[in-house]
Amino acid sequence: MQGYLDQMIRDGAFAGVPKEVVYAIAMVLVALVVLSAFVAPLAGVTSWLERRVWARMQSRVGPNRVGPQGILQWLADGIKNLLKEDLIPTDADAKLFSFAPYVVFMGFLCTFVVIPFGADLIVADLNIGILYILAVTSLVVVGILMAGWASNNKWSLLGGMRSAAQIVSYEIPAGLAILTIIFLAGTMSMQGIIKAQGWGPWDWFLFHNPFTFGAFFLYFTAALAEGNRTPFDIPEAESELVAGYVTEYSGMRFLFFFFAEWGNLYVIGAVATTLFLGGWQVPPLPIFENSPVLLGVAQFVTFFLKAYMWVFVAMWVRATLPRVRVDQLMALCWKYMVPLSFMCLLGTIGFMFVPADVQRIVSAITLGFALATAINFFRRVVFQVRSAKPELYFKPQI
Amino acid sequence: MDANEIYASLEKLFAGKVSDLKAEVLEPYLTVDKDAIVEICRFLCSAPGFKFEVLSDLTALDWPKEEKIQVVYHLFSYSHNHQIVLKVDLPRDNPKIATLENVWKVANWFEREVYDLFGVIFEGHSDLRRIMLPEDWVGYPLRKDYVEQEEYDGISTQRAPLVEKLLR
Amino acid sequence: MSEPAPAAGGFYTEDMTISVGPQHPSTHGVLRFVVKTDGEVISEAIPDVGYLHRSIEKIGEKVTYHGYVPYTDRADYLAAMFANQAFCMAAEKLAGTEVTRRGEFCRVIACELNRIASHLISVGTFGQDIGAMTPFVHALRERETINNLMEEICGARLTYNYIRIGGVGYDILPETCARIGEFLHHFEPIVDEFNRLLSGNKIFIERLAGVAVVSKEDAFSYNLVGPNLRGSGVKWDIRRDIPYSIYPELEFEIPVGTAQVGALGDSYDRYWVRIREMQESCGIVRQCLKMMPKGPAISKVPKKFRPPVGECYARVEAPRGDMGFYVVSDGSEYPYRVRIRTGSYTAMSIIDKISKGIMLADLIALIGSLDVDAPEIDR
Repeated sequence: MQGYLDQMIRDGAFAGVPKEVVYAIAMVLVALVVLSAFVAPLAGVTSWLERRVWARMQSRVGPNRVGPQGILQWLADGIKNLLKEDLIPTDADAKLFSFAPYVVFMGFLCTFVVIPFGADLIVADLNIGILYILAVTSLVVVGILMAGWASNNKWSLLGGMRSAAQIVSYEIPAGLAILTIIFLAGTMSMQGIIKAQGWGPWDWFLFHNPFTFGAFFLYFTAALAEGNRTPFDIPEAESELVAGYVTEYSGMRFLFFFFAEWGNLYVIGAVATTLFLGGWQVPPLPIFENSPVLLGVAQFVTFFLKAYMWVFVAMWVRATLPRVRVDQLMALCWKYMVPLSFMCLLGTIGFMFVPADVQRIVSAITLGFALATAINFFRRVVFQVRSAKPELYFKPQI
Repeated sequence: MDANEIYASLEKLFAGKVSDLKAEVLEPYLTVDKDAIVEICRFLCSAPGFKFEVLSDLTALDWPKEEKIQVVYHLFSYSHNHQIVLKVDLPRDNPKIATLENVWKVANWFEREVYDLFGVIFEGHSDLRRIMLPEDWVGYPLRKDYVEQEEYDGISTQRAPLVEKLLR
Repeated sequence: MSEPAPAAGGFYTEDMTISVGPQHPSTHGVLRFVVKTDGEVISEAIPDVGYLHRSIEKIGEKVTYHGYVPYTDRADYLAAMFANQAFCMAAEKLAGTEVTRRGEFCRVIACELNRIASHLISVGTFGQDIGAMTPFVHALRERETINNLMEEICGARLTYNYIRIGGVGYDILPETCARIGEFLHHFEPIVDEFNRLLSGNKIFIERLAGVAVVSKEDAFSYNLVGPNLRGSGVKWDIRRDIPYSIYPELEFEIPVGTAQVGALGDSYDRYWVRIREMQESCGIVRQCLKMMPKGPAISKVPKKFRPPVGECYARVEAPRGDMGFYVVSDGSEYPYRVRIRTGSYTAMSIIDKISKGIMLADLIALIGSLDVDAPEIDR
């Protein structure tokens, strides 16, 4: 993007205005565009999709009235929440209380600067890309603690503290899994990591060696825990702490927290795709060489679909699994995931010293194993679908 | 063991403290002296041959005409599959009886309910306070002569007569 | 608030007193627990009940025997048939009324279907409390079919007023019997699906194994009944051991907790007993449908029902345990005293003891596994 701007400045489009100001204004504009045109609808549509997916899994229908198939439900919810009374409890710390949702939202929003949607479709290709994401997503801890404390409510406090402990703990396995990939790719920049992979599954880091295969699952689990998703949604465990740290929130402030959560799902999927699934890489077909626009679109669509697949998996997991208890959660992180992620890291580093043809054999074995797991999984899905009974509805004849 | 045998053994061991066996009714019961209830129940709970491990129910009956409140204990035995009903007569103006909390722990909650609804004081109870009704309720509702208080916490408990309501 | 005391390591900590309820998404009904905790580990959890006290027992002294039957529905609205049956059994025993044979079969079919419905809610909400929201909706979906069947049988979906003194209110038509059979054929694999989804889930098992263990002696001393008692290993069921109605002629097993995943008498055992009971109830209803005789559904009972002086204690095996109705009659049309003794009331008394030292999340699991029900506790 900086290249385009430099081109336009050289063509004399911004006569008289210093370069830094042009850059600053352009960045703000692009950020606004990304925000309003992409992130907000994305988070909203994710919320709609989550409700539909859950509903189908629970043999219900889900929202299907507002707009075609209910796809504008999130707009209706947003407008309704904006119209609600803005309550701040007495004796609550009003400044912290009002500010907390924005901190959480900022924490997740700033990550969109480095999400690579295509080869040229990235706001800023920082050379510390993935580290920047890790750092910025830690802001949510601050916001959650603020929300929990400022609500003047014992339940919120419990929820906020649990959440802070959870997020901070799970940063470590996530970070270590990411570090595994950084070692393989040799760079922290998101585009660099994608370029180090290829378009086909045999070139993805996911199947590169068994250790990255394990690192992927560790990363995904840790990211779910950081995003407060079931099975780790203790901070907002509805049946235990009423609503955890968001108990006292109502209206738009309440929605901000969940906005951040649904958007965060996408970020999790995007990071997983970038690191492990080859990002926006598409097969080098001849039509792409002729039209760069088509190439851009194809890359965007590929990246989006891959990231959204993991969003779907996260929703699937949430609808299926029960909640883990807090001490079990901590035990899982510190006693199992941290040692495992260290092992994956060391294993990958050791693997890099192994001669190239052995590497290729091991990659092929990993790919085969993953394929076998996928096939077995689909066999079980077919079994469940076959043995599921149709719903029985009796119209009572009185 | 049926009711007659239980009564016979109890009469032998606790002479004078049990009386009045009614064995031909649906639920055979016998009357127990109020001072002896704890030792008799302790005996019934653990003695082999009786083994009444559970206190099925502890409730009360209010007989205003006879000026007494009867506390009724239903005992049941899982090992021998027999049951017996004990009744204790208490004077209506001062119903006091020892607690059975140390024999069967569930008596704690049963006795709280009887205290709440009938006003029977259980001596030795660890936590005798109202259970169903609010702490500051006045009166014992399940007594036959209970009249509800006029208002509670500023809210009237009387319902307006129907005609008035319709005309309003 | 307890006295602040320096904990190990010299930290200055205080217990905080939280009130779980009365408005809380997962206490079953309107219940309240005053919990003293240090943030996670509970030192004391005292139940506070009475929010749903409707003085049903006092009302019993003001209405006639026939008129009291709808009130018994509300004693536990999730298992209304059983309260109906217990009261009607007590009144029938007092007056010596015979129940017609077809009436008995209708009673058992309706009761066992109600047992399935109540257990579905119980295990569904239990899963919901642990965090699994999907099995809950699946359980409710099945319960909807049972509600529709109940509507066909007696016109109501929740508070049935179906079992009357002398038999049942309406006969079960052959079409309804066919539909009940169809439902059972559909339902039995659903329980297996439910187990695959929830009961076999590792996270679920880890949450419940060894939590809130109730020993046999405690179960006796605190008078736990029903699945709570059977979960602690005691093979006791009113239908088998103090049989009533036509249960002596039916064959069914009594599921007992067997320490499948943890200690004997933990939350998983009690939950598993309920799942197995659902399956056994299906078998019972099948047998009844096969053996159902022809005849009147209700015997002739005088409109002014005046049993002789006496008292009677009738028990039935309700989904939440042994529900006992102690009816004292003084010869008039109105009962002198009606006492309802429910399983949830005594289950609440044990909560304070077994909740010492467990975590807040376990308290919720514990309440769910005991299957307490506010209307039963408060009446």
